[in-house]
Amino acid sequence: MQPLIEIRNASKVYGSGSAAVHAVREANLEVAPGEVLLMMGPSGSGKTTLLSMMGAILRATSGSIKLLGQEIVGMKESRLPDIRRNNIGFIFQGFNLFPALTARENVEEALKLKGFSRAKARDEAARLLDQVGLGDRAGHHPADLSGGQKQRVAIARALAGDPKILLADEPTAALDSTSGYTVMEILSTLARDHGRAVVIVTHDSRVLDYGTRQVHIEDGRLAEPVLTEGALA
Amino acid sequence: MSTLAWKNLFHDKIRLFVTLTGIVFALVLIIVQFGLFLGFLETTANVVVYSGADLWISAPGIPHVNAGAPMLEKRRYKALSVAGVERVDRFALNFVNWRLPSGAEQAIQVAGFDLNGRMGGPWNLIEGSVEDLRGEDTIILDELYKQKLGVERVGETVEISNRRARVVGFTSGIRSFTTSPYIYTSFKNSQNYTQIASGETYFLLVRLQPGADPQAVKAALGEAIPGVEVSTNDEMAKRTQNYWLFSTGAGITTLLGAFLGLVVGVVVVAQTIYSATVDHIREFGTLKAMGARNSYIYRVIIEQALLSATMGYAVAICIGIFISRSSAAGEAVILLPNEMIGGVFLLALGMCVAASILSIRKATTIDPAMVFKG
Repeated sequence: MQPLIEIRNASKVYGSGSAAVHAVREANLEVAPGEVLLMMGPSGSGKTTLLSMMGAILRATSGSIKLLGQEIVGMKESRLPDIRRNNIGFIFQGFNLFPALTARENVEEALKLKGFSRAKARDEAARLLDQVGLGDRAGHHPADLSGGQKQRVAIARALAGDPKILLADEPTAALDSTSGYTVMEILSTLARDHGRAVVIVTHDSRVLDYGTRQVHIEDGRLAEPVLTEGALA
Repeated sequence: MSTLAWKNLFHDKIRLFVTLTGIVFALVLIIVQFGLFLGFLETTANVVVYSGADLWISAPGIPHVNAGAPMLEKRRYKALSVAGVERVDRFALNFVNWRLPSGAEQAIQVAGFDLNGRMGGPWNLIEGSVEDLRGEDTIILDELYKQKLGVERVGETVEISNRRARVVGFTSGIRSFTTSPYIYTSFKNSQNYTQIASGETYFLLVRLQPGADPQAVKAALGEAIPGVEVSTNDEMAKRTQNYWLFSTGAGITTLLGAFLGLVVGVVVVAQTIYSATVDHIREFGTLKAMGARNSYIYRVIIEQALLSATMGYAVAICIGIFISRSSAAGEAVILLPNEMIGGVFLLALGMCVAASILSIRKATTIDPAMVFKG
């Protein structure tokens, strides 16, 4: 099966000469549809940098990164927003919801970015919030939602436009166990039942069972991928 | 209008209040300082601006209208012979003393004009008429100076240069830049108060025939009458304004005040809008991660700035109009002409958009790690 994410010898170097910092070194990685890849490693190991490179936010210094078969290293800066908008959904540790907007408006904003009309965005936002079990909280502002509910709104927002890739940075770090499991269940389902590639940066050992694969990163180097129990089940 | 721009502004009422307070403060400061400056300019040259004359003939080299020097009146006839001249009238403006009810003296400026031509005469009459000045020793003064000069009503008799004078009318808003109020009277009466020698005048005011070219007539008058200086009305007004503006501490202070008002206003608005934008920097970073083009982020930020500017302007201009109207009763007027009302709106929009553009770079070059980290 064609991987949705293909990374070949990708590196990210900040600065140059003796002051150069190698945030990511010669990374090689593939993520196939239906996979939930857990990316683990100590703080400062390069996890978020690699996630940003996969998300077409940070440009690799060298190597190759293909998203849905499309090379993004060397792509013109002005085209990267289109790649992100059309192919990737982001889920953040701090939720990053717009506090001035209701849950529905948060999702609508993402849909409007993707070209939905106001009316269609409204209907689709309602459907996506239903999908994450928050149909009844659509009119609430983030400040009126629990951490788990906020993260589910963030997932609904990330699903706007039906992206094939979901990138999540510590999605359960700010959640209690129950909310964390709920979020992971949703992400697993989105990968398994909808053929999406889900990459999760995490320190949270509670989520290990939900991954189909783990990779470890340390000092910018990826260790050999290993199968998790979740993947074997 | 984007939902995000609108809701970002109105969601946090306290932040909105702080933002608008900053903008309103800055705009009111600019309105007051520039209004004072415009008031200063108008007050220094109002006698010239409202004179109704097209050209002024004066002794050569006078620095401003309040420093005229005597010259021979018979030059009037030579001026009348120049093509394009319709009328030439005498005009005197001179400092003399007014006796206050207390017995003390107060300096005033007597403006003596020709009652038939009316050039150099009073405007904005609120009581009495210019025709009343045909009576001997009659004067018109501005209501602003009633208290200062100890006058309450028409018909009162006062003393100027040890001669009696009778108040026959009042004007409104004819201020003097100096501490000496203008007192209007006929040229003939002014000769009694100012001791102008018979056959002399301080100025000759020229009215042109319809269609005559002021510059051509000015040149012709200069050739026909040696030993005088001929100025257009605008030139005399500018000369007077420039003298008081650049040659006196008050003028330079007012000019600097207007300049500093603008600088402080711009800085306050820039800081206010910049802070308001940077407060949302994480949200703009999130939008960018979601695939928003920079142009979309620019739009949201600029819409927020335009909304803030419009709301701040609406409040500021109301305050400005109130202050301007309140100042009409005082000696220091704050002018707020329509051009300034429009200009301040454009300035508000420009300042807010410029300040938001400063913060746009920060929003569009945001470190992605900031977006990903809680």
